[in-house]
Amino acid sequence: MTDKYTQLVSHGLGKDVAKRLGLPQPVALRRYQPGAPLVTGPVLVNGDSAGADDVATALLGWGLDVRRNALPKEKLGAIILVLDAVQHPRDLAKPVLTAGTSLRDLAANARVVTISRTSGSARTPASAAARQGIDGLLRSLAKELRAGATANGILLDDDLATTSPSSLGALRFFLSGRSAYVDGQFLTVRSTSGMVPTDSEKPLAGKVAVVTGAARGIGAAIARTLHRDGATIVAVDIPAAGDHLAAVANEVRGTALQLDISRDDAGHRIIDHAVERHGRLDIVVHNAGITRDRLLANMDEGRWQSVIAVNIAAQLSINEALLASKHFKDAPRIVSVASTSGIAGNRGQTNYGASKGGVIGMVRSTAALMEPFGGTINAVAPGFIETEMTAKMPFAIREAARRLNSLKQGGQPQDVAEAISFLASDAAGGISGEVLRVCGQQLVGA
Amino acid sequence: MAAADVTTGETREPTITPQSTRSAVIVGGNRIPFARTGGAYVKSSNQDMLTAALEGLIARFGLQDERIGEVAAGAVLKHSRDFNLTREAVLGSALSPETPAYDLQQACATGLETVIGLSNKIKLGQIDSAIAGGVDSASDAPIAVSEGLREILLDLNRAKTPVQKLKIIGRIRPKDLAPDAPNTGEPRTGLSMGEHQALTTAQWKITREAQDELAFNSHRNLASAYERGFFDDLMTPYRGLSRDSNMRADTTLEKLASLKPVFGKNLGSEATMTAGNSTPLTDGASTVLLATEEWADAHALPKLATVLDGEAAAVDFVHGKDGLLMAPVFAVPRLLARHGLTLEDIDFFEIHEAFAGTVLSTLAAWEDEDFGRTRLGLDGALGKVDRAKLNVNGSSLAAGHPFAATGGRIVASLAKMLHEKGTVDGRPARGLISVCAAGGQGVVALLEAA
Repeated sequence: MTDKYTQLVSHGLGKDVAKRLGLPQPVALRRYQPGAPLVTGPVLVNGDSAGADDVATALLGWGLDVRRNALPKEKLGAIILVLDAVQHPRDLAKPVLTAGTSLRDLAANARVVTISRTSGSARTPASAAARQGIDGLLRSLAKELRAGATANGILLDDDLATTSPSSLGALRFFLSGRSAYVDGQFLTVRSTSGMVPTDSEKPLAGKVAVVTGAARGIGAAIARTLHRDGATIVAVDIPAAGDHLAAVANEVRGTALQLDISRDDAGHRIIDHAVERHGRLDIVVHNAGITRDRLLANMDEGRWQSVIAVNIAAQLSINEALLASKHFKDAPRIVSVASTSGIAGNRGQTNYGASKGGVIGMVRSTAALMEPFGGTINAVAPGFIETEMTAKMPFAIREAARRLNSLKQGGQPQDVAEAISFLASDAAGGISGEVLRVCGQQLVGA
Repeated sequence: MAAADVTTGETREPTITPQSTRSAVIVGGNRIPFARTGGAYVKSSNQDMLTAALEGLIARFGLQDERIGEVAAGAVLKHSRDFNLTREAVLGSALSPETPAYDLQQACATGLETVIGLSNKIKLGQIDSAIAGGVDSASDAPIAVSEGLREILLDLNRAKTPVQKLKIIGRIRPKDLAPDAPNTGEPRTGLSMGEHQALTTAQWKITREAQDELAFNSHRNLASAYERGFFDDLMTPYRGLSRDSNMRADTTLEKLASLKPVFGKNLGSEATMTAGNSTPLTDGASTVLLATEEWADAHALPKLATVLDGEAAAVDFVHGKDGLLMAPVFAVPRLLARHGLTLEDIDFFEIHEAFAGTVLSTLAAWEDEDFGRTRLGLDGALGKVDRAKLNVNGSSLAAGHPFAATGGRIVASLAKMLHEKGTVDGRPARGLISVCAAGGQGVVALLEAA
């Protein structure tokens, strides 16, 4: 699962040499395995608000070993900083500095999670300053952590409890190995929709999920992960990729639908297939995407148009059909794959960046349309992911791209798939219109 | 075993329902693109290709771990090691390993005969689901040792002492070492299939222009079917190929007219059969999913068409009474008569294009008053096939013809066409399939939109 350099510096002589030379020291990340414990050790809950007490109680309910005060020399699996009641930047000092004294006690692959409130819903400038301050604090702290540990934050709108369903859902996701390659990111919870997460190893049981671009790479990983989590899979890809698609569909015991998603009737074909064969449609993952890279000065119309057509126009058209369908009304989920290129930009990818930026705009705008029937739409934005596509990059560029993030390694297709599976689950019902980066906190760009 | 049944003292209700209440429906099909011999599938065995076609079918219809009633398929060119070809392909697929399978072989009619045979089992109540199929590789064809060498090797195997063995080895002569490759020659006449058809083509005075036009239409119709995505749910790519490699979407009548004749050059009449209006050797595989209506409904699967009936015929080509590939000419009238139908009651004709001359000779025989009276026992000609209903999505001249795989290709495509057509004048759309085969045989079938 890990690249050769990571294997080399993970133990023995390689580890020693890398340390002495100050070379990057990536570790094998803790990734979710069914049956594995949620965290690797005791969980310290910092903060003295009522919200902090509620979180500690909820964690006890999950069977975790919870601390309200750190014990000396005890290795911690996670630190949760509950900052929901801060009114002024001065209020940050005590809980943050207290947490700071425990950072050296974090185990490998530990988690730091902040729970605070959205600055947009603040009523005073001081409150907004304190809340937005947490953004800068968290992103900086994530860059200080080592050995596969990550720091992520949960933002709650003003009227939401720290233990609202999707707050706890996001907390479970950040604590678990599912978020291995998510670092320095926030998830915003805007409503009490969704269901309190459970210990179920099949959070998607009974759901029918369509995954586009499922024949290989990230799409195939999404199909496998959603299937592992209990969903019935409709695997979609272009007819020319049908042999790989059939292999994936057979592996996940689903059905293969050979379909060019840029066809006008693609949305109806998808709905009809899911409903006729599997009786319902709950989840659509827009993963299919293409790249046709050229500097804009050399870009021809064909390259530009094909990327726009497949990466964003097709999603818009399919979503129109979904929103109009009576079969997509039972708290459905749409998850789109965006890209950090659509956020931070990438040389040679004006067309791709436009399409992926477009996905983000679409997701934010469509959220309101999904809300009346309890539906959500979100996007994940992968950074450098180890796929057949990135394996073809020139060595030096690939190596740079792979190391330039807080975790000093590329992500796996499974990491993207885990984030999608979470956003598609009932526990994420209060999260909509969000873009979650799965990039190991990429250092360049936004 | 029987005693145990007696002790229960129970009488069991027969589970077989009357034939009239059960029909065999075509759920769908899957094939791999057909490749010209020596092309994309040069390294693929029959088992590889049949397994690939099965895997695509399983993925399309979600049949993983399903115990299918029975799978039947076959190959015309078959290695002796492939004695259990179909069962081995099933074991290599995602189907339940408890799915039984058998091989069947009836030359080029193999694929269609698997469909008819399995449909009959379904109608009889023996099974509720079935997969029919066929595969052939002319690239990976078996090569046998010469008859002389074979006898020597068998004797060698039976020899006991080193001296006996040496004596037997000493019998080998250089001529024994020439391998015996398969060919399409008829064992009883020594003539190749093309030379046989050339005799028939000349007999029915089929022109070069008519043959080239049929070939041109085949390519054009197949190409346009691909363009509108007709094969998107009938095919799964294989080894980098996503369309039949023999198809020439850009061919023209002028190009076809420029080709030199390859068959019938010594008949005294004008030779008319070229590489353009004859099918090339091809590799490929096809499968068709059949079931009862109840099974299809219970599995939430489509019902495209019903397999109404089938008929086989054979002709005495050895003594020259009829052409080698003319057996369907006799099978079709018998099948139609059984259902009280005429050619005018058929909405789609799928006449396998072994050669353009085969199709045109068949149509000519049906249009011939005298032939109708004297050979078919009718009052006159059987009738005329409306060319607008003939091979509308192309046939073997364009797609290629991996012998045993052609039946499955035609059945799945025709079933989809019938489903799309729905009804004609208030009755279900009907389709007729005709496949000629080596040995003077022919198998035909009648399908109806479900």
